[in-house]
Order: sequence, then C-alpha cells, then structure tokens
Amino acid sequence: MSEKINIKLKINGVFVTLEVLAHQNLLRALRDNYYWDVKCGCEVGECGTCTVLLDGQAVKSCTVLAAACDGHEIWTDKGLGLSTKLTARIQDAFVECGSVQCGFCTPGMVVAATDYLKNGGKPDRTAIREAISGNLCRCTGYVKIVDAIYKVAKDIEEGLL
Amino acid sequence: MMQKRNLKLVGNAVPRHDAAAKAKGEQLYSDDWTMPNMLYAKVLRSAYPAAILRGVNTKKAKALPGVHAVLTADDVPLNEDITKFGQMRDVGGGFEGLYKVLARGKIRSKSEAIALVAAETEEIAEEALKLIEVDYEVTEGVFDPREALLPGAYVVSSEDSSNEIMRTQVQCGDIEEAFKRCDVIIEDDYQTTPHEHAYIETEGGMGWLDENGVITLRVGVQVLEHYRTVAKIMGLPHTKVRNIGVPMGGGFGGKEDITVETYLALLIAATRRPVKMVWTREESMETHAKRHPEYLHYKTGATKDGKILAQEISIVMDGGSYTYLTPWVQMYSTYGAVGPYNVPNVHVQSVSAFTNNTFSSANRGFGGPQVNFACERQMDRIADALGIDRVELRRRNLMHNGDRLPTGFIPQGHIGVSEIMDKVEAELNKTKKPDRLPDGRKIGRAIAVGHMVYGRLTFMHDSSRVSIRIELDGSVTVRAGVPDLGGGQASVICQIVAEELGLDMEDVHAYIMDTHLTPLCGTTTATRQLYMSGNATLKATAIMKERLLPVASKLLGYPSENLAFGDHSIYLVNNPAIRIPFVTVVGHLSNDGGELETIAQFNAPFTEVPDLSDIKGQLNPDLTYTCHGVEVAVDEETGMYEILRLIAAVDAGKMINKNSCEGQMEGGCLYNAWWPTHEDLQWRNGITKANNFSTYYIPTAADMPDVETIIMESGGGLGPYGAKGVGEPSDNSIAPAVVNAIRDAIGTDMNLNKMPITPEKILAAIKARDSK
Repeated sequence: MSEKINIKLKINGVFVTLEVLAHQNLLRALRDNYYWDVKCGCEVGECGTCTVLLDGQAVKSCTVLAAACDGHEIWTDKGLGLSTKLTARIQDAFVECGSVQCGFCTPGMVVAATDYLKNGGKPDRTAIREAISGNLCRCTGYVKIVDAIYKVAKDIEEGLL
Repeated sequence: MMQKRNLKLVGNAVPRHDAAAKAKGEQLYSDDWTMPNMLYAKVLRSAYPAAILRGVNTKKAKALPGVHAVLTADDVPLNEDITKFGQMRDVGGGFEGLYKVLARGKIRSKSEAIALVAAETEEIAEEALKLIEVDYEVTEGVFDPREALLPGAYVVSSEDSSNEIMRTQVQCGDIEEAFKRCDVIIEDDYQTTPHEHAYIETEGGMGWLDENGVITLRVGVQVLEHYRTVAKIMGLPHTKVRNIGVPMGGGFGGKEDITVETYLALLIAATRRPVKMVWTREESMETHAKRHPEYLHYKTGATKDGKILAQEISIVMDGGSYTYLTPWVQMYSTYGAVGPYNVPNVHVQSVSAFTNNTFSSANRGFGGPQVNFACERQMDRIADALGIDRVELRRRNLMHNGDRLPTGFIPQGHIGVSEIMDKVEAELNKTKKPDRLPDGRKIGRAIAVGHMVYGRLTFMHDSSRVSIRIELDGSVTVRAGVPDLGGGQASVICQIVAEELGLDMEDVHAYIMDTHLTPLCGTTTATRQLYMSGNATLKATAIMKERLLPVASKLLGYPSENLAFGDHSIYLVNNPAIRIPFVTVVGHLSNDGGELETIAQFNAPFTEVPDLSDIKGQLNPDLTYTCHGVEVAVDEETGMYEILRLIAAVDAGKMINKNSCEGQMEGGCLYNAWWPTHEDLQWRNGITKANNFSTYYIPTAADMPDVETIIMESGGGLGPYGAKGVGEPSDNSIAPAVVNAIRDAIGTDMNLNKMPITPEKILAAIKARDSK
C-alpha cells in the first residue's frame, strides 16, 4: 500500500497538517478531511465541480497532487463565502437568480466565478461563458448561472461592492 | 376555469428553500456521509458483454488483508425478483421484468455485476476485485435489436427463449385507404443513439445497521420506494429497510432504477459495519441505463393542401440487457409517435428487444424524444415536398382542444401548441434570416413542436401523500417523501403551503425523503411531482384551513367563507384591517384540542392495463406542449455547426416558481441540443467507448447561446393552480429543431436521419449536394 506523508497547508485561512497518501490528489485529500463542499464528478479534470483556489488561482483539485500543496494556500467555496465579501455576494446572486438546481456543480462554479471577478472580469456574457467553460452543468443550461455572475460584475462596475 | 385569485408567492421567482445551502457549499450529497468504522465497497463487472458464467472463485480476494466480504449470487437471499418502480399495485401484463442482483447463468452485458467487495479502504477493495477469478464461457452476443429479433439470433438471456421484450400497436382509421388519397408520401428510416444522462454526481451512497436492526441507507435515488425491493431481496420485512434519501446531484431518469441500494444492504448485513459505495465516472457511464436507441420507419401521407391523412410507423427499440423500464418507455414512444397532430389514420407498431448492450431505461423524455425527432423531420420534408411553409404545414395539422389522440382519448388539459408555435415563429423571424454570416457560414432556421405526458401511466394507479404540521409558533413542517433531484421538487411544495396558509417561504420547513418518517410521495419521475404531490399538498392545506377557519370565525365574529389567509393572518376579505394573527388562531385550535397535523393523499385517474394488440383510451393524465426555434450557422468547409439562437416555449399551465420553470426550459433545451450530433457513447459490440467527459461531449457554457424562454400560462393543467409539468417536456422538440435548422442551412436531407449526425456526415452531405 501507498506511503503516507504529512503536508502543512493553509485551508480557508486556517493552518492545518494533513496526512495524505503520496499519490493522492488534492480533491481526495480535501474530501478525506471533510471539506465536503469540494465535490467529485469525474476525477480527471473534465467536469470542474472540484474547483478550488490554489494560491489564489482556480484549479481543478483532482488534477493537483496533494503532496505538491505542502506550504501552499487553498480556498474552497464554503471558506470563501464565509471570509470574502465577493464570494458571499456571488453565492447570494446564485440564490436570487435561480442559478442553483441540483447544486452539485455550484461550489465549483462559485469558485470559478470568484476567480473571474477578482481578476477584473467584466459584465460581459460571452466572457463569463468562456470563464466558466471548464465547469460542466447538466441542469441549468447555464443561463441563470451567467445571469448571477453578470449581476455581481455589474455591481462591481457600479461600485456597489 | 380556475377562479381568479391573487397569489403572493405562486408564480414568482421565489428562491428555493435549499438554494442557499447549495450555493454556500453546505448541502451534503450521497458521497458526503461517513461513519466511524466504515468500509468501502466496489462491484466487479463483467469483462465481456456476452458470456456464460461458469463459476466465480473468491478465495484469494477474501484472503486479502483488509477485505471483509466478497459476495456472489449464492450469497443473495433472493437473487431474482421483478423490477418495481414505486407503483402501489402489481401491474403484470409483462410490464415488470426480471431484476437480477448478481450474475448467474448468462451474462447479458458489460454492466452486469458479478461480485461485491467490502474492505477497509477503497484501494484494498479495488485490489480485491483483481483477485476474484471468474470463469467465463465467452459467447457471440447480439448488439442490434433488429438482428436480435431475427429467427436463430443469439438469445441474450438464460431466462427467456427469445429476445423479444414487448410488441404493441396503436391504430385508428383506415391507413391503406388513406394513403390512396394522398398527393405526397414521404417514407424513410430514422435512427437515434443511446443518450447519457451525464449528471455531474455519479451514483453512490452509504448505509449502516441501526440499533433496531434496520438497514439504514443514505442514498440519493429518484425512487425511494426501492426500499421495498431491497427488503424483499434481503428476506426482511419492509419495515427493516430505511432510506433516508439525499438530494441528488442530477437524475434525469438515470437514478430511477436501483443503483447502489441493494449492494450496500447485502454488504452491511454481511459485515455488520457501515459501508459506502460510490461509482466512478467511467463505471457510471458504462453501467447505468441509457435512453433507448430506436430504429424508426415513418411513412407519412398528405394531400396537396397540406393535410396529413396518414401516418404508418414502425419502431424497433433496443432494450439492452434487462427489461427495467422498457415496456413503459415503449408505451410513450408508441403513443406519442404521430406527434401533437390530428392525423385521422394511424398505425404505429413497436417492438422492443434484448441485446448485449448496456440496458435501456428511463432518460428525460421517456421514449418521447426519439419519435419526436423522426416525426418532426418528416414534417419538414412533407412541407418541402408540397411547397408549403414548414410552420404553416404544422399549423394546418396541429391538435386543438377537443381533438383525439390516436388511442381515441381526448386530453382534458388545454392544448396550446398552436399558440406557442405562433409565438416562437414571431420571435425567431423578428429579423430577416441572412443567407450567410460575414465569415461565410450558412444560416439555417427551424421550428419544431412536441407533446409529452406528465404524470405516470394511468394503469399504474399512481398516488402521492404529503403531511403538514403546524407548530405552536405558527411555523409549519412539511413531511414529504419527495426525492429532490434538483428540479425544485420539494421547494414548490413549501411554496404551495406558504401560499395557502398566508406565510413566507422561511416559515415552512421541508423534511423530505425518509422512508420511515415521511409519507411516500411516489417517484420523482414522469414529470409527476408538481402534479401529484402539489395536489396532495393543496389537499392537506385545505384540511388545515377547514380546521383553522371556524376558530378564526369565532374569534373575529365573521363567517368562515368571508375570511382568507395572508400576511401571517386570517383576515376579512372585504376589510383586511379586520384580522387576527395566524399564530393566535393556531394557539386557540391547539387549546381546544384541535389537530395541528394532517396527511392527504392525491390519486391520479386510474385505468386498466390496455390490450397491447390494440391500445385504446387513456394512458396518462394529460400532456404538456412545447415548441423550439433554432438558428444555426454551418461551416460548409468543415461540416461543423454552431447554435446561434435557441428559443424554448411551453404552455406551463401556471408557473409555480418562475425561476424553476424557466430553469427547466433552459436546461431541457441544452440536455438534448447536442444529442443528435455530439453526444455519442460510441457503443461498439457492447463496449462503451465514450465513458467520460473527454470523449462524451456535453455542452459547456461557451458552446451555447442564452436560451430565450417563452412561457405561456393557459391555466389548463391538472396540477395545482392549473399547472402542467415541464421537466421532461422541456427537452422534447429541441433535437429535431437543431437538425432541421442544419437542413435549412445546407439544403439537403442527406445523412440527417441517423444519429450520430457528425460533422463528417454533414460535410459529406454538402459535398454530395455540390457534386450534383
């Protein structure tokens, strides 16, 4: 069986030490430690539901080796929502706009939207669609997800956030 | 007509009760539950699509340290049963097929489960699978239902003597005589591919043995009532199996068949420990049911003034390895094959067959999209042959109120298909269609219509129960066994309770889908929850109102019939200033010993099992009508196309939740938009070659335009407030609209009738057109 190692990292603002398998991906390491808001949809980097911020950049956590995250910083949908105004606003917009159906892609979508907006993403539906094109959704047809991100982008543009 | 009422919540874009938890990452799904001492389980699937199972040796697997159970068919108390889907009666008549838990005798497909393993870790369980020795006698197999029906064909099952699952027909008028009077006859073959649900959450769940000896599961399923089958398989009373259901990360029909429940129960009983099983993406796509591939032959005859006189249709359905829902789906295909048109002379024959492919069962639309594709392709071709505008041809033949379906049944709900088609036509053609884009791509437009039932087959005698309890502080708990797969099935129930009792959404708490604690609502399938459980909810609130009103009447001094519920009060309709707080009335009712809790049941119309040799009369409660308009751009150099506009219209009867209703229309549109062209599972002799999202392409946000939804509210549905169901109808009529738009762009029908309609085929059609 595989070797276990300890990694130190900062998750959602808290320093933690996780015991992970040497070959394990970050998604599994997070879920094994009860970060249930990081969902598993395909485990090969195709669906995007496991998207988290790694050192401030959106990544599909199933494509990142957990051991390689030693000394790095991770933020998930839940942590971001509790700590940052931007993500909390995106989450609220998802609720208001009816962007949530089954909700399984939602945490990854919110992280992808956070990444887009904190990097100066504009209220531009085509650009928003491009920005979330790594995150699959089978329920919504994406319209109301784009609505929500557009709404927050507009708020930012108008200095409301 | 419905009485006009001022509705406060119903019809609005009310946030769903569970949306915030889902957005904030707090919603737990089937894979998000764990327990101390929990084991991990895996399934050994067949290595071959067709074989005879000679033996299974589990000795080495069992000896692997960390392995706690390895089970085969011999370990299952009742390995063979019939498939049930929550129906409260035994339907019989060939509708309930074999449910085999673990392989025995002939192996019918690669998805067949041979053995189950439970181990300390997932890795050990996977290792154990490799140590199980299976002795197969590999056989030839049959992979095309047309071949499976030929005399002498390889027989898929060891339990049946032929591959035929069901044969049935619908007829009316005199087809032979009618064709003689037709000026144009279009006759052709169509073919549809298996379709993958592609929910982002794969199948999974966990369970444990509780202190009362109850096998307790936490599994997200569309059919909670499978707990009865699990109990039967285990040799236990129904009371000893409980599923505390979990919201699903999408279902679309794919979680209608039993998934992990029986496997978990067997392993929990064998190990007396909590067990978890979650399927990988590849396992999910190779294993769960698909939309039936259909081979359709259509012969349509019309007069020169555009009246369709006759439709002769034959359908061969690929049922795959086991029966599951095939007969039910077949009813929908057979019954819906002529579309929402008034056709006086009809003959539809259908047959379904076993093959060694992955089994076919429910997939959003349930037999509707296949026939809708062929039927709407035919309509455009008839129009072109007659030189009549394609929308106009439809207009001359569409059903209206009072018209009969081919079985003779007159739908009771409003038939608004011509009204919504007019709206879509106006919207699509509000700008003149350009021939080409500046980049040279050809533009095509098309409109297609569809009809699809909501509510289950009436001979299943469907029912739903909902319970409400008013708390002493005036808040309300709704208990409903309604599996929520993401369509907002539970949230609309809360909305109805809040509306009827004059409360806010926040005042209503939903406790859903627990087989021991919630009344059974029946399946989240057949676009039935709003219709069935919505009506049961209305009945329950009516009972509570009848108890509360006399109390309020006494306190206010006005007759009950002059009082209404609103703003957390009961008030005088003519003078709303005269009011009493809801909570005060609740307090008085409680003081007087009144009942604060009730349960109500709604029954759908009941019919008997039809004569399959000549189906007549009512099969479903009612239908929902849709229309889709599409504009595409086709690159004639590559055969690639892009969807530029998607217009989705429905007569929803009455929208209960505006966001949820639009969300169904938008999502349904994308669900089937790429089915004819991109979503190809690449089945090759029983092997699913496209088994993940890098090979099976579902649309991303960048692939699609915004969906323009048009929702008509005729009030003519059988659901609460005159609502119709939209969940499944929303994906009907989009696929033919896409393909007909491609046809409109390239000006040839070649290669457009048999899915998958790949860019290569479109390009070949363009080249053939140009070489003429």
